[in-house]
Amino acid sequence: MAASVVTITSGKGGVGKTTTSANLAVALAEDGFKVVCIDGDIGLRNLDVVLGLENRIVYDLVDVVENRCRIRQAMIRDKRLEELYLIPAAQTRDKSAISPSDMVRVCDELRNEVDYIIIDSPAGIERGFRNTIAPADLILVVTNPEVSAVRDADRIIGLVEAEEKGPAKLIINRVNPGLTKRGDMLTPEDVVELLAIELIGVIPDDENVVISTNRGQPIALDPKSKTGQAFKNISKRIQGQSVPFMQLDEKGDFLAKVAGLFRQGGD
Amino acid sequence: MAAWGRSNRQSADEAKERLKLVLIHDRTDLSEDELSIMKNELLAVISRHVEIDPEMVKISMSHDGREQKLTADIPLKTARRRKIG
Ligand SMILES: Nc1ncnc2c1ncn2[C@@H]1O[C@H](COP(=O)(O)OP(=O)(O)OP(=O)(O)O)[C@@H](O)[C@H]1O
Ligand SMILES: [Mg+2]
Repeated sequence: MAASVVTITSGKGGVGKTTTSANLAVALAEDGFKVVCIDGDIGLRNLDVVLGLENRIVYDLVDVVENRCRIRQAMIRDKRLEELYLIPAAQTRDKSAISPSDMVRVCDELRNEVDYIIIDSPAGIERGFRNTIAPADLILVVTNPEVSAVRDADRIIGLVEAEEKGPAKLIINRVNPGLTKRGDMLTPEDVVELLAIELIGVIPDDENVVISTNRGQPIALDPKSKTGQAFKNISKRIQGQSVPFMQLDEKGDFLAKVAGLFRQGGD
Repeated sequence: MAAWGRSNRQSADEAKERLKLVLIHDRTDLSEDELSIMKNELLAVISRHVEIDPEMVKISMSHDGREQKLTADIPLKTARRRKIG
């Protein structure tokens, strides 16, 4: 089977791309797929610490591109999940060390070896963004339900369309059901209406994300976590399954309405 | 109302309304000012051929999915017939 390349991007920084990349990779690997995640944020390496694999780095993506090692040597195998690997970013170089065609070449080399390649993008619309979308089969845009993140997501969605890499799908991260219910946070429906693209995931704002990140244990590894489940649901939807959007708030019903919206808009 | 007081509208509604406008202008690269200049130019051209009431004209941006549309609603003055020739 030839791998699917899934790129996780955003316009605004800090909205949760790296968190999402780590958790989707974990969720797909838990479902038995062979997954390689690539940290595309050259110079600001982070996916290694979020996955808890920072102590085992020998080679990185730039070493692969510059032929200092083979791809296999740069693939760090996860301790917890047999079929999960990370190719870390270089920390001492910048985005210009890699070109879009380098990324395409690296992914093509991996395509016959694995099931999914998950690429974590840097923030912004510069070279790093173009590098990470170049090999993508599917682009997931992460945003938060607030004005600047939504505005920047719109810009990225437009750029993805212009590059003929669309349609991108949307992940709304850090939804606070209390604020939403009070009318002080854009609802997932509002965001979907504004951006007019298909929704693939809604993730609650959850302090356990911070705690699990402190430990290098992505929350999708915790079988009891609802937030972990939200990431697992995205992984199922990537696999082509239709999973209803879960109820994040015992009393609230806005997510049930989003589920309806998704089914209408979905294929 | 105090500057920091809660307005009657919920802040999420305000965010949505503001974003709607911002996204239209981001997507089309047209500012509110440019849109109004364009509107005036359009009216000037149209008035050379037919009689219209500038007060009644509505020119606005709307969208269909991610596609932006410029919509013009320009009622013609038909009550008084234009002189021919
Ligand atoms: N659902 C969530 N609930 C609570 N905290 C979160 C959630 N998602 C992400 N965070 C926190 O937000 C911060 C930014 O997340 P992350 O590093 O994943 O963003 P990013 O988009 O990769 O940032 P950058 O643009 O800098 O690469 C982190 O501290 C992370 O733990
Ligand atoms: Mg990041």
